[in-house]
Formats: sequence, C-alpha cells, structure tokens
Amino acid sequence: MDLSFGPEYEAFRDELRAFLERHRERAPGGGQMLAGGTRDPAALSWQALLIEHGYAARTIPKQYGGYGATPDPLIRVILDEEFARAGVSAGLGGQGPDMLVPTLLEHGSEEQKLRWIPPTIRGEVVWCQGYSEPNAGSDLANVQTRATEDGSDFVINGQKIWTTTAHAADMMFGLIRTEPGASKHAGLSYVLIPMDAPGIEVRPLVTMTGHAEFNEVFFTDVRVPQSAVVGRRGEGWKIANTTLGHERSSLAATGQLEAAMARLTERMQAETVDGRRAVDDPALRDRLLRLQARLLAMKYHALRLLTCRLRGEPTGEPGSPEGSAVLVTKLAGCELSHQIAALGIDAMGEFGVLYGGSKHERAGGLWQFHYMFSLGLIIGGGTAQIQKNIIAERGLRLPREPRA
Amino acid sequence: MDFGLTEEQRMLEQTLRGWLAEHLPIGRVREIAASESGQDPAVWKGLAELGMAGLLVDDESGGGGLTLLDAALAMQSFAHAAAPVPYLGSSIVAPVALRLFGTEPQRRSWLPGLAAGTTQIGVALGELTGRRGDANLRIDGGRLAGSTLFAIDAGAADAFLVALDRDHLVLVPRDVAGLTVTPLVTIDRTRRLAELTFDGVVPADWLGGPAGVAGAGARVLAAARVAVAADALGAAERALEMAVAYAQQREQFGRPIGSFQAVKHMCAEMVAELEPARALVWYAAYAFDHRPEEALLVAAHAKAHLAEVATGIVRTATEVYGGYGFTDEGDLHLWFKRAGLDRQLFGGPEAVRAEAAVLQGLA
Repeated sequence: MDLSFGPEYEAFRDELRAFLERHRERAPGGGQMLAGGTRDPAALSWQALLIEHGYAARTIPKQYGGYGATPDPLIRVILDEEFARAGVSAGLGGQGPDMLVPTLLEHGSEEQKLRWIPPTIRGEVVWCQGYSEPNAGSDLANVQTRATEDGSDFVINGQKIWTTTAHAADMMFGLIRTEPGASKHAGLSYVLIPMDAPGIEVRPLVTMTGHAEFNEVFFTDVRVPQSAVVGRRGEGWKIANTTLGHERSSLAATGQLEAAMARLTERMQAETVDGRRAVDDPALRDRLLRLQARLLAMKYHALRLLTCRLRGEPTGEPGSPEGSAVLVTKLAGCELSHQIAALGIDAMGEFGVLYGGSKHERAGGLWQFHYMFSLGLIIGGGTAQIQKNIIAERGLRLPREPRA
Repeated sequence: MDFGLTEEQRMLEQTLRGWLAEHLPIGRVREIAASESGQDPAVWKGLAELGMAGLLVDDESGGGGLTLLDAALAMQSFAHAAAPVPYLGSSIVAPVALRLFGTEPQRRSWLPGLAAGTTQIGVALGELTGRRGDANLRIDGGRLAGSTLFAIDAGAADAFLVALDRDHLVLVPRDVAGLTVTPLVTIDRTRRLAELTFDGVVPADWLGGPAGVAGAGARVLAAARVAVAADALGAAERALEMAVAYAQQREQFGRPIGSFQAVKHMCAEMVAELEPARALVWYAAYAFDHRPEEALLVAAHAKAHLAEVATGIVRTATEVYGGYGFTDEGDLHLWFKRAGLDRQLFGGPEAVRAEAAVLQGLA
C-alpha cells in the first residue's frame, strides 16, 4: 500500500494547477460538470480549451477530435481532484460524451465514429438516452418500442420515458425492438435517432421535486435509415450493457459526496436552535460522525477498486470479494447521498422544509431537492432491489430468481 | 498509488488461514474456549513459530518488524476462525506501545518474549475510554490503588500494560504482591477479560520512564481500536460466508432459500456494508504508520463503524440461518458474540464518535 503518486503524476498535477490558475476566469460558473445540452458559447469554448490541453476528451483518439492520450486511471483521479479543488468546471458531461462516445468507440462503424464523436465531444451535438419505457423499467429488456422495415428504412413507433435532456437533444441513442421474431434480449437494436425527425414528440416529465429533470418521448411513424443501427441488428442489449458500464469513475462520485459532506458540516455549524448550533446537539452530531465514517469507507473502497484496475486484477469476477466490491458501489453510494441530505434537513428542522423560494429558505431549497433527487437515484439506473439481486446472484452466486 | 494488499500480505493471510483451518477447527475452538485459561499453549507456540506472535516486534528482538496493516490482517484472520489467542494484547497493543514509547531496557526485556510467544501481556486501557462504575484506579502515596476493568487477554497474561491516564502507562507483572486478577465472564469465551485490583502495588515499570510520555495513551488506544475493527471485520466476514453457504444449501418450499429475494437481499445488504468497511480498516491501519496526523481520527471512525457493521451483519446472518442460527450447534453464535464484544471494547460506537468529534474540533 502506497498512497503517493509518482513524480510524473505530480508533474501533471502541477501543470494542471497552473493551467487552472491561469484560465479559471474563462470557465463558466458553478464548478459543476457542464450540464449536457448547454449551448452557452462560453461553455463550448471552455470545453474546446480543455480538449486542446488534454483535460477533456483526453483519451479520445485524435482522428475523432480528442486529445489522443492513452487511458490512465491515475490521470483521471488527478483531473477529478484538481478541478474539484479549484471549483472549476471539468467540462462537458452528459450522455453524449459519457455514454454514447465510449459505445461508438467500441461498437460503431468508422463512418459513425467520424460523423458523431467530434461534434459530440465539442458539445455541438447533444444526445439523450432512450432505454426505459413505461413497461420496461427494472425489466429493461422488455422494451416494446418497435421498428418495422420499410425499404432501407426503419419506421419506429412507441414511447420512451426518463429521457434526460430530450428537450434539448439533437439525437437519441435508443434501444428499439427490430427483430419481432427473436427472443426478448435478442430482439433489440441500438439505434441513433434524430430528435427533429417528424413524428417525435417530447413532453417534460415533472418529478416530485417540482422540476422536469426528465422527459417522455413519443414516436409515431418515425423514419430512420437502417444504417442508423450501431453494431449488428439484434445486438442492442449487449451493446447497451457495455454503455451502462461506462459510468464516470466511482471516485468522481465520492468527490461529490465529499463536497456534500463539507456543505453539511458548514450548515450544522451555522444553524442554531435556542442559540445552540446544530453540530452541538449530541444526537445530530452523532449522525454527522456516522456519515463521516461511511464516506471514508466509500472513498477508500473506490481507491481499492481503482487499484484493482491499475493492477489489471478482475473486479467483476463472480464469487470473489472484488467481484462483490464493485457491485455494491451504486447501492451504498446512493444511499449515503440520501442520508447526507436527510441529515441536512433534520439539522434545520422546519427551515429544512422551506422550498420554492420561500422566505427563510436555506441554500435555495437545495437540501430538500437533494433529498428527493437522491431517492430518484436510488431507484433510477437499476433500483436498489435490482442492485441487490445482482450482488446476490453475480457477486455471491446465490441461485437465480426463476425467470418467467 | 496503490491501495491494495501486497503479494506478501496475501501470502501471510493465506498461510495463517491455512494454519488455523488445520489447527483450530471449530470443535477445537469450542474445547479451548471452555477451558479455564481459555488458551492452548501449543497453539500459541505454533503461531509464534509461524512468526505471527511477533509480527510487530522489530527484527533485532526476534520479530517480523512489520506494520499495523499486516497485524490487522492477522487479527482479522484470527477473528474469522474465532481463534482463542491473545493476539490483541500480546501481539498488537503491547508491542506497539513498547516499540513507540518503551525505553531501551523495556524493549529489551519484553519484546523478545512477546515475539517468541513465551511472554503474554494483557492490556487494561479502561481509564482511557471512560471510567465505569466504581473502577477508581489511582496513585495513592506513590502506590497503585483501586481497580481497572476489562483488561483484555488476561487469561494467561504474565504481565499487564495498564493505562493510568493519557500520558501514563505502566507494566505490572501478574505475580506482583497486591495485584488481584478477577476473571470477568463475557458472552465471548474466545477472549478473556479481567478486573485488575491494586492494593499497595509499587509501580516500577512506567512506559517510557516515570515521567510518562505525553499522548502515549491516545496512540496506543488508536492501535487497539484498529485491531478491534479488524477483528470485527473478520467476524463479520465469517458470518457472511456461513450465511451465504447456508442459503445455497438449505431448502424450503422445494428450493434453496437463497433463491428467495427476501433472503437474497439480506445477503446483498451484508456485502454492501462489509466491502466498503474493509477498505476503511485497511486505511485506518495504514494511517497509523504513515499518516500520524490522521491516525487517531481514522482509528476512531474505523472502530465505531466496524462495531455497527459487524453487529448488523452477525445479526442478519443469524436470521438467514433461521432457527438453526439460534441453536448452540449452529456455531454462528461464536461470531455473533465475537462481534458483540468487539463492539464494546475500547469504547462503544457512540462514545468513540464523541471522541472523534472532539478530535476535529466539532465538540
């Protein structure tokens, strides 16, 4: 065990720090990843600058508009740490750069790569993901949106739901049933669909937070060429599963939890009842300390998994501790995020339920928003219960649930 | 950057677990735990020959000169086997205290025996973790008076390392006139606790000399807490393994109970608690040797967190076993009790977190 970075990495870090110091004025505000779907010229020019220096799209090959560096998880860690420390946006996130681009690199045709990757990483083409449907949630392979052949085209009918940024997207990558005779999993294809095609309707989906973070997308006789399929027809399920594996590193997620924890500690030192700070209430303080320990555990858990990747040790191996370790990350991380928000609200008492711009509202109602939104994250992307099935069946090799 | 075990550490773990499987099967554990001293001298001798007893003792004194992380991995393996061995006191807390704060003569006189397994030191840190009941250890007219509770690994101890306050720890031979060792019976018969009562004992062997060492108590306590966290991890790990194996094999309604989601989810929840906690134990042990500025806080976090994770897991594992988990024959209760003792040793979770709050200026 050795937690130091080597000199070449420290040199990279120094260079990055100097860059951030020199250019931070040009970065768009907030310090967050830029929301997928932004068209703000300042954001796009910041992204272009980051790509030029290899701080964004770093491992995307040069011929597709990236920086062309070899993938290196330690560099990823340093990038995450330094951008977070500087409070400067680390560039464009969203489903195009984070999910579609890695998928195209792995499964796309040369023509698809050349056409879509460069404008996607520059933020000129915005993507949304069309996987979930009203009847394909936990049972995702039950996708019913179907494409029928018509000459060299597909004609698509059906409905998608939970499509983030659909309202701002130019394109969708979606799972569509193209092989009606095939079995459930073998009947799907991974299709690229222009959002301005006639027959597409996007409706905002208002959630319990009061905001429309998602959309529903309806397809009525939407026509796309058959060449819009990525990989082979009927391989959509396999391809989508590799996409789901391309999440940002769990370390980046831990960084966000650390930031939330820092805000929580500040709030508990600022908020008072009868003149006593929330942090001086023994019960609330004890909860804070419990969450600190959980956060530390998640942080070093992520480092352990990173080390497995650096060493080339398998982390998905069924039945191995490492296999189980990688599977628990989403379940444990999302729960912790929810608990942090819950304590923030409890520490504020009635102030904690003020929302929607009320007088006395703290931090713009952010704590309630996070409390609700993090519950959404516990459910979304595979519910906690589906995660537990996966941990038990793949990690612990318990017998599978009989399939209908 | 490398946050993982080395090849040597994995070998050590593998060797030790192999040895324990051979020499301390569960039937043997039960026999030893039921005996008066709670130990088998042949087992401890064998472990000393394997180099385990002196893992933390420096090379010159016949030990392995290794780090707390190595010893924590061993502690975890002992707990995994529910091994009735005095590892916590004699192989972790006492050597750490002597190595960090002992005078040259103290190191020379105690460490070789600890490494060879011929000397055992029990550890009484009760005065550092909140004085309980009528325990009132003190210096009275230059002599030790009163009592201290919950000395660990007292069964066959030749001497005790006794904390008087944060800066003063003293080594007291078991056979000194005026010391009474009263065994305390706990749920966990694999480790032996005692109350030490002093009546006119002249403290002769102060750790680091008669003036004491500022802050020694906190460092020694931190090592003890990391060790107990590792013990709790080992107990939880074993209980989880047993529950999963049982769920694969036990059938009800014509199918393995592990195919029911209710059982499956209990098992998954145990893993989701255990795996991140494992990383926290590793880090706490690493920090003790390499990041002194964080070591006390992280040790407290590891102790409190593992206490809760482990007692949660042994409870859930017992439920997976169903009625069999409630029987003596089912064996699982050995780890239920091991984790139960670990939870309270050197401070229960709430008390330890209160200390952790002070360490970061939050209280």
